[in-house]
Amino acid sequence: MSQYNLIDNPNSSNRPPVINVGIIGWLRHNLFSSWTNTVLTVVAAGIIYSLFPPLFQWAILDADWSGVSRESCTGKGACWVFIKTWFWHLIFGLYPVDERWRVVLAFGILIVASIPLFIPWFKYKALVGVFLLIGFPVLAYFLFVGDILGMPLVETPLWGGLFLTLVIAGCGIVLSLPLGILLALARRSSMPVLRGLSVAFIELWRGVPLITVLFMASVMFPLFLPEGVNFDKLLRALIAVTLFSAAYMAEVVRGGLQAIPRGQYEAAQSVGLSYWRMMTFVILPQALKHVIPGIVNSFIALFKDTTLVAIIGLFDFLGMLQVARSDPDWLGFAPEGYVFGGLVFWIFCFGMSRYSQYLEKEFRTESQ
Amino acid sequence: MGREGKNPQTTLSAVWNNPAIRALVVQALVLIGVVLLGIYLVDNTLANMKARGIASGFEFLGRTAGFSIATHLIDYEEANTYGRAFLVGLLNTLLVSVVGIVFATVLGFTIGVARLSNNWLISRLATLYIEIIRNVPLLLQLFFWYFAVLRNLPGPKASIDFYGVVFLNKRGLFTPNPVFGPEIVWSGISLLVAIGFIVCLAYWSRRRRDRRGHSLPVTTISIVILTGVPVMSLWFTDFPIIWELPVLKGFNFRGGTTIIPELVALTLALSLYTASFIAEVVRAGILSVNRGQSEAAYALGLHRTLTLRLVVIPQALRVIIPPLTNQYLNLTKNSSLAAAIAYPDLVLVFAGTTLMQTGQAVEIIAITMSVYLTLSLAIAAGMNLYNRHIALVER
Repeated sequence: MSQYNLIDNPNSSNRPPVINVGIIGWLRHNLFSSWTNTVLTVVAAGIIYSLFPPLFQWAILDADWSGVSRESCTGKGACWVFIKTWFWHLIFGLYPVDERWRVVLAFGILIVASIPLFIPWFKYKALVGVFLLIGFPVLAYFLFVGDILGMPLVETPLWGGLFLTLVIAGCGIVLSLPLGILLALARRSSMPVLRGLSVAFIELWRGVPLITVLFMASVMFPLFLPEGVNFDKLLRALIAVTLFSAAYMAEVVRGGLQAIPRGQYEAAQSVGLSYWRMMTFVILPQALKHVIPGIVNSFIALFKDTTLVAIIGLFDFLGMLQVARSDPDWLGFAPEGYVFGGLVFWIFCFGMSRYSQYLEKEFRTESQ
Repeated sequence: MGREGKNPQTTLSAVWNNPAIRALVVQALVLIGVVLLGIYLVDNTLANMKARGIASGFEFLGRTAGFSIATHLIDYEEANTYGRAFLVGLLNTLLVSVVGIVFATVLGFTIGVARLSNNWLISRLATLYIEIIRNVPLLLQLFFWYFAVLRNLPGPKASIDFYGVVFLNKRGLFTPNPVFGPEIVWSGISLLVAIGFIVCLAYWSRRRRDRRGHSLPVTTISIVILTGVPVMSLWFTDFPIIWELPVLKGFNFRGGTTIIPELVALTLALSLYTASFIAEVVRAGILSVNRGQSEAAYALGLHRTLTLRLVVIPQALRVIIPPLTNQYLNLTKNSSLAAAIAYPDLVLVFAGTTLMQTGQAVEIIAITMSVYLTLSLAIAAGMNLYNRHIALVER
């Protein structure tokens, strides 16, 4: 009789079988729908069980949180005292303690100035953007280096830690995007000389590992300059990182340029725009919008790649972790150091990738 | 109207506004700029090299290296030349790249498929893996595996023991080493014969299918022949393979193959890292095949295996292969991080030790870069060929 219920009595309280709805239904559908699925569930549960409880036990339950020396660590779980002791060195490197406020001030300005970018109704975003791209780097440079307005000089070998990582990544990001756009335009241009040079440049940098570029920067750049002129190790690394990531950026931007239909170029030319006006006002805004995920991916890659400067003797965040790990007072705490370092990098990179997804969605709705 | 008197062809602005002439001028200026920059750099370099007494040229490749290398695939000792050391480094780079690529591919495909699984737990686990590994720098992961895991392992006496066959400790991974008797030649020959037979069989079976419309189970026959023939020949020759097991003698293991911890750490880090990228590539490739394709195949009466083999996989591969090759290239280039944990790859042996000893920075960096560049361009060219081969043929 039940199959006629629907017609006979629409208000009948007959519900779907309990095994098809609710938690049981969900479990049955997602975890135990067939015998292979059940086996997979058991395997996954096994992996989770053997991985996460011990990790939790090590990192949280058995960990030592308070103290000042390695004696405070029982050795059963993670020794976060190690991170606590080294924390400010990991952030600032060897930057003099009394001058650290300058770094904090610069990053504070950066954060405060970028808040308006996230406010939808804020009108002067372009103005803020110009300040962030041009005004801020100059300001930050004078704050970091000093030797002006009574602030003592802080030489770049003293720079280090997360601060240095952010400086390298920031400079690389700010410089490599315009350079990459120029390279991409040259590669798409109709002039064979420009095209050839740009292809050669891009393929050369993309074909070699960053570490050889950094080695080149540290051993060959000094040979390139006239005798007596010597420039900073940090600057050399910065140039290497920028050139390297500009080549990758160029390829991303080129993808965007190729996605713009020809009609857009022709329309811009027919209203009499010059090449540069056409590019700045018509083509590039559309092209860059297309490739925002690619650009952010390049930024993430660049951010992760900055760790390689540790190999040529700069003490970035990873370099400082290496220093901390090999401190004779704290030998044997490498796992804590790397887990903490990994977490910090993960927060930055994951945050960037989420932000790019947000931007993508934002622009998509705008165009609909 | 006031300009009527002028002939526009003769004014300077007309010349400047002629796109062809402007292009020529711009190109000439850029070219001159680049050449001048090049001359300036070369000039400075030569002057600097002279001032510092650095030799130039490639004669150093024939001089005695005088340093030892921890692991080498070809014979090498301190008395050998820098050229030989270069070769050793190059082979070590290729070794870690190939091993890393194999592991990364297997793991990457598994995780990529797992991420698309209907099983909620499995797909979440795969997502977690990808999101964690992709967002942490490779160098940090490498340091983690090397300094935090492998260096913290117990010494040889307390090795981690895998069924008494494979041992893992602070000094590396110790695996059995096959020792072949002379009769192994027969197994080799029989294997070659079997492969030749299978090739002929596949060709004949395809001809037969074209003629008669149904095919032989070539795959099954091949597997039977490929495993059966060598095993039979081994059996006839009384199994001329002896597995030499690593044995703890004194303070270390003797016998077997020793894989140094640097290689273990590098392979682990490279393949785990690249696998997370390959997984995303595989996922994108599978998702790119429209569901209508497999439904159409089912409607035509193809069963599941044939649908996968003839319809889904070929189309997915078309999307997967180019970025996959890119990942392989990245892995090969990333293997240069070996220098950070002192695995003797090309960068460490050549751009590190050899450069330190000879001081010939320009030549050495140029050689090292051109090796990677050649590798990249060769793989890119191969990929383009393959792409053309599998690209859609519009009818």
